[in-house]
Amino acid sequence: MTDARTISPDAKPKLPRGVRLTHNEAQGGWVLLAPERVFKAGGPAAEIVKRCTGEASVSEIVDDLAKTFNAPRERIMTDVTAMLAGLADKQLMDL
Amino acid sequence: MDATPQRAPRPLGLLAELTHRCPLGCPYCSNPLALDGRANELDTETWARVFHEAAALGVLQVHLSGGEPGARRDLVEITKAAHDAGLYTNLITSAVGITAATLAKLSDAGLDHVQISIQDSEPGSADHIAGYKGAYARKAALAAEVVRHKLPLTVNAVMHRANIEHIDAMVALALKLGAKRVEIAHVQYYGWALKNRAQLMPTREQVECAVKTVEALRERHHGAIVIDAVVPDYYARFPKACVGGWGRRSLNVTPSGKVLPCHAAESIPELTFWNVREHALADIWDNSPAFLAFRGTDWMQEPCRTCPKREQDFGGCRCQAFALTGDARAADPVCHLSPHHALVGELAEIREDAAYDYRG
Repeated sequence: MTDARTISPDAKPKLPRGVRLTHNEAQGGWVLLAPERVFKAGGPAAEIVKRCTGEASVSEIVDDLAKTFNAPRERIMTDVTAMLAGLADKQLMDL
Repeated sequence: MDATPQRAPRPLGLLAELTHRCPLGCPYCSNPLALDGRANELDTETWARVFHEAAALGVLQVHLSGGEPGARRDLVEITKAAHDAGLYTNLITSAVGITAATLAKLSDAGLDHVQISIQDSEPGSADHIAGYKGAYARKAALAAEVVRHKLPLTVNAVMHRANIEHIDAMVALALKLGAKRVEIAHVQYYGWALKNRAQLMPTREQVECAVKTVEALRERHHGAIVIDAVVPDYYARFPKACVGGWGRRSLNVTPSGKVLPCHAAESIPELTFWNVREHALADIWDNSPAFLAFRGTDWMQEPCRTCPKREQDFGGCRCQAFALTGDARAADPVCHLSPHHALVGELAEIREDAAYDYRG
């Protein structure tokens, strides 16, 4: 069993091929499409995933979210790293 | 009472059975015993229309399956049409019949994911189960191509008495091939598998061992590969929520265009299926007799009708209820509350080491 994954603030997260974020009215909003699986991506999740383009670092993504949503940076960092680690464990995010 | 008619839930997935033709002869094939011939198959344009109608209905993912989808000469065009309709495209293949050149074209056409079935961890046994010499080697070769194109790969391993003790080796093989996901799918007894039940049925000891093995492998490979397991339900106490509930989450279009709530639904003789050649997909989903038959909970009898789990497992599988009790409205006899539950245990005890009856 691997220990909880640590996420470097310099990592540049990117959705791997075969994982796509899409908006679908009939299914009620943002969804993350993956091999044989569909995940609802409610508000904050979609905002994070949208920024995972392979260009921006975790640190930059957190800065952007803190500014856009006028929220404390530390709390956003905690949320973002927890979510990215969870997605990486499910093979849904490249770090 | 609320007089507003409740809108049917929207489906997430469409299983597109492009053809029943397949070079393999797996004795547990989920296709019906009476296979559709090539002459009756839907053409490219009809599939393209179905995909657009599916996307409008809310479908997010299409599973391009069969038979062997590679038997269709227009597979690349079909895949492109699904991608153009905005659907996530998943190719479910035996790998026999998909060349490296075809895969490159599929990749360019927007294919999102490839699932390759592997019959066992060792070539001799794998080819014997598939009824096709050299199948294993071709699967390994296509898997390498999939990984080379950076497409996500799932290995689908159907487990039964002959290979259930090789789960460890199957997962090791999936890792070696570069799969990100492996499905440990215990045989479900419909169609050809029902015909071969005595040859395929594992023992209770094998099943208990398999469940523990999967748990240990999940822990060992956490973060490296996702292991999804379909439980072998003849040894279960509660039934599976078959297809996530009848007419709730998915639909299946057969090679000739019939639309089914699940791939085995044609085994229930009382059902009437509508065809995409005559009806729009949304009309079929909302109004066709087969989808209305067991949608929701109104059709249920006891013990399902008042069961607290009725909205979780929806009474289990309708096809299995019919196959084992002769009544499609009965509780799935896998459920320990079913009056027929003892029968399931008795059937699981019938095991025979005879030759497989390979699918035609």
